[in-house]
Amino acid sequence: MVLALRRLIFYVMLALFAVFAVFPVIWMVITVFKRNVDLYNPNNNPFIYNLPPTLGHLEFLFTSTSYPTFLWNSAFIGVIVVIITLLLSVPAAYSLSRLVGRWGERSGIAIFFVYLIPPTLLFIPLYQIVSLLKVANTVWSLILVYPTITVPFCTWLLLGFFKSVPREFEEAALIDGCSRFSAFLRVALPLALPGIATCIVFAFALSLSDYIYAAVFVSSTASRTVSAGVPTSLIRGDIYYWQSLMAAAVIVTIPLAVAYGLLFDRLVKGFQSDPGAGEKSAA
Amino acid sequence: MKQVQSAIAHAGVSLADRKGVLGTLMLAPALAYIAALVAVPFFLAIGLSVSDATVGDPAIHHFVGLRNFVRVIHESAFHFGLRNSMIVTFATLILILVLATAESELLARDFRGKRLVQILLILPWAMPVSLAAVGWLWLLDSEFSPVDWLLRTAHLLGPGTLFGPANHLYYYGREWVGIGAIIAINVWRLLPFATIIVLAGRTSIPRDIFEQAEIDGAGFFRTLFHITLPALLPILTVAAMFTALLVFGDMTIAALTTRGGPGYTTQLLPYWAYLKGIEGGALSEGAAIALFLFPVLLVGAILALRFAYRTESA
Amino acid sequence: MATLELRGIKKRFGDFYAVDGVDLMIAEGEFLAILGPSGCGKTTLMRMIAGLEPPSAGEVLIGGVPVTHLPPRARNVSMVFQSYALYPHMSVAENIAFPLKARGMPKSERDTKVKWVVGLMGIEGLVKRKPGRLSGGEKQKVALARSLVRDPSLFIFDEPLSSLDAQVRAMARGELRQLHDRTGVTTVYVTHDQLEALGMGDRVAIMNRGQVRQLGTPQELYDDPADTFVAAFLGSPPMNLIERDNRIIGFRPEYLQPRADGSLAQGALVFKVRIMQLEFLGSEWLIYGVLEDGDGENRLLAKVDQPVASKLRSGESRDFVVERSCLRFFDKTTGLRIAPSAAKLTQ
Repeated sequence: MVLALRRLIFYVMLALFAVFAVFPVIWMVITVFKRNVDLYNPNNNPFIYNLPPTLGHLEFLFTSTSYPTFLWNSAFIGVIVVIITLLLSVPAAYSLSRLVGRWGERSGIAIFFVYLIPPTLLFIPLYQIVSLLKVANTVWSLILVYPTITVPFCTWLLLGFFKSVPREFEEAALIDGCSRFSAFLRVALPLALPGIATCIVFAFALSLSDYIYAAVFVSSTASRTVSAGVPTSLIRGDIYYWQSLMAAAVIVTIPLAVAYGLLFDRLVKGFQSDPGAGEKSAA
Repeated sequence: MKQVQSAIAHAGVSLADRKGVLGTLMLAPALAYIAALVAVPFFLAIGLSVSDATVGDPAIHHFVGLRNFVRVIHESAFHFGLRNSMIVTFATLILILVLATAESELLARDFRGKRLVQILLILPWAMPVSLAAVGWLWLLDSEFSPVDWLLRTAHLLGPGTLFGPANHLYYYGREWVGIGAIIAINVWRLLPFATIIVLAGRTSIPRDIFEQAEIDGAGFFRTLFHITLPALLPILTVAAMFTALLVFGDMTIAALTTRGGPGYTTQLLPYWAYLKGIEGGALSEGAAIALFLFPVLLVGAILALRFAYRTESA
Repeated sequence: MATLELRGIKKRFGDFYAVDGVDLMIAEGEFLAILGPSGCGKTTLMRMIAGLEPPSAGEVLIGGVPVTHLPPRARNVSMVFQSYALYPHMSVAENIAFPLKARGMPKSERDTKVKWVVGLMGIEGLVKRKPGRLSGGEKQKVALARSLVRDPSLFIFDEPLSSLDAQVRAMARGELRQLHDRTGVTTVYVTHDQLEALGMGDRVAIMNRGQVRQLGTPQELYDDPADTFVAAFLGSPPMNLIERDNRIIGFRPEYLQPRADGSLAQGALVFKVRIMQLEFLGSEWLIYGVLEDGDGENRLLAKVDQPVASKLRSGESRDFVVERSCLRFFDKTTGLRIAPSAAKLTQ
């Protein structure tokens, strides 16, 4: 009886959380297929189709806006940013955790402070730098600046990860005939794969999610990302193309949610070392 | 003996063997990047904040001391921005910590359909912030909000009801409802992220502690307050830091929903810095406003880290 | 196979000397055990031999070649770690092949080598498994195979048996020693377990506080400890140490026997002992006693045979005797051995 009650409470709580997370998205999905006449009548029940649903707004999104370009730009930028981030932060995190000795030990916190500097503070000077490098208004301007967000975060995350990998594996590799660098490549790196997978997800999510840089640095529609392109091209003055806007949001979100959801346990593992824990094992 | 000598001699010392050199080489690219695109802009921002640079003339020519700071803190938009940024950050923080702890408590267990639940729960975090803001803008539309409709259907909204007499709540058109909406969006989009962090801490608490508590006859709440929460404190601090950072520094939600209005009543500091510096063209004043964010974050982070270390060594 | 020589090796961490001047010469094919309590510096010393840690001072020579500044891979040493450090992302076969691969050996040659060592260790059934699915004893065998697969100049073992059950451990000791005798590779074996060190080592170096206190065959160490540390550390139970006439007298519990009727041998020492407790050890008995005629309270241990023990009662006082030749004398302040007994001057 008590057990049954406990189970009931458990599932009710779970359902409440799920509804909170999903309700706005469901509303968005319902909106996508609504006809204007149906949508803009405040007396209609908004959750049902009072008139037959339509695919017109989806068609509008893909044929009359630059949404496909936005998708491509976002994917392209995301992939390149992930690659740059890994190239910079994997070696840096390994170096800080293993090679550079004493001042590397406290570096977890130092990196964290880099992450503390808000984009709002950086983007005025960064805009000047981007203009100076003549990449303003191109996807390259975003590829250049997004690692300022992703590199400190991923380095911090990986630092904890490398610190939690026992040194003995790499020492065994050194004895077995590896140089320090090949011990890193052949042993430390494969062991840090869960952490690296987490980094890939976060770097991609962070670059996809940015709005400020994307809206300010890039004004030509051909180079815009989903984040900045959708609101600017589907909100014209005070006319909101609601159905298409919602479609644009849902189309990027649902596949990503499925991917992230399947990686959920891995993401949790990626966080299983905080800056404090690393310090202790280094001592 | 000869064999040994040749075996030893054949592999010389290369760069890849030397700890210090290799360490520096591996660290250098990231450091150079951070120096060029974080440190330099950071000091440029400080330089801008004490100059009279504008969009028309962005070079730092004249040192004007703290004039920009003095000027910006006398504006009412700044007061509203500071107040609202604080309120939004703290409210989001408290809600997120409570909800993330509860949600992680649920997800720490095994149940059927867990994968599907994980997908549903992570949904808000998968949506780019700007699109989430637009989605919520529509969800809380002044005329067609389904929430209003639900409230009206339940006779909680409309003439002669609890939230009446108007037929709509006008979320983004009223000061406190607008701030509430911003908090709700922040909680919604950051809860999955915070839950992941807390869950990482939750699952690394040794299982035997819970079993011991159960043997000792501790109930759910006693276990929660005496065992789970104390063990979670360090990771909750990390979650709090990330949440605060992401909320306090964000301007996307404000920019796409209330736009700081009506008047300046729902203004947030980062958005005001953007409006002033970029849209308004007063680069130096924008930088000055943005600089106010940094010490607040710094102090918060130092306190949080100290706290995390103390609880861990105890 | 090679000799190993250490000259004045020191390792400093801050202002603490983990290893404080160690000189050792290990012959070709010798099995040297380094024994000491935890924190004595034996692990640090071993890491410096392997090249995992640079010494603060001194020199390491393998086969007469100075390797002090060479990385581990240039020293041709192989090592079995305490945790075995099997690469979790590789199968057993890949683990064993790894040292060969790292040296760039062609695949066909590699396969032959791996097959040979897998047969030698009798682990044919495990090659496809991942280390996570091996028992402690199996892991140890795989680790051994990995270190054997290339012909190392020097073998280093870092407490390789400490994570095994007591039963498996006794077996493994024998196997390890046999393996050494068959391959004849110079071996350094680090342990805190005196049974392993005394049972397997040709010679044993006893370390304490960063220094080698004594180096010798197990018999030498047992019979003629160089100082009170070695005397008290070796043997179970350890040597009795009693202060008399401004020096310390030591003798093994098995040499302390109840006084028999008849005359005393010349120079034998007599103690009046009150028996506190008798403990059954199987083949013999351990007697816990207190010295009655000493100044202050001196505890003594004696090991006696069954027939002798049957005559002893807890609580009674008895005379116990040690023969002159079994006494060892140590300086009261330095703890160092003085005036070695006339009977044994082997050292």
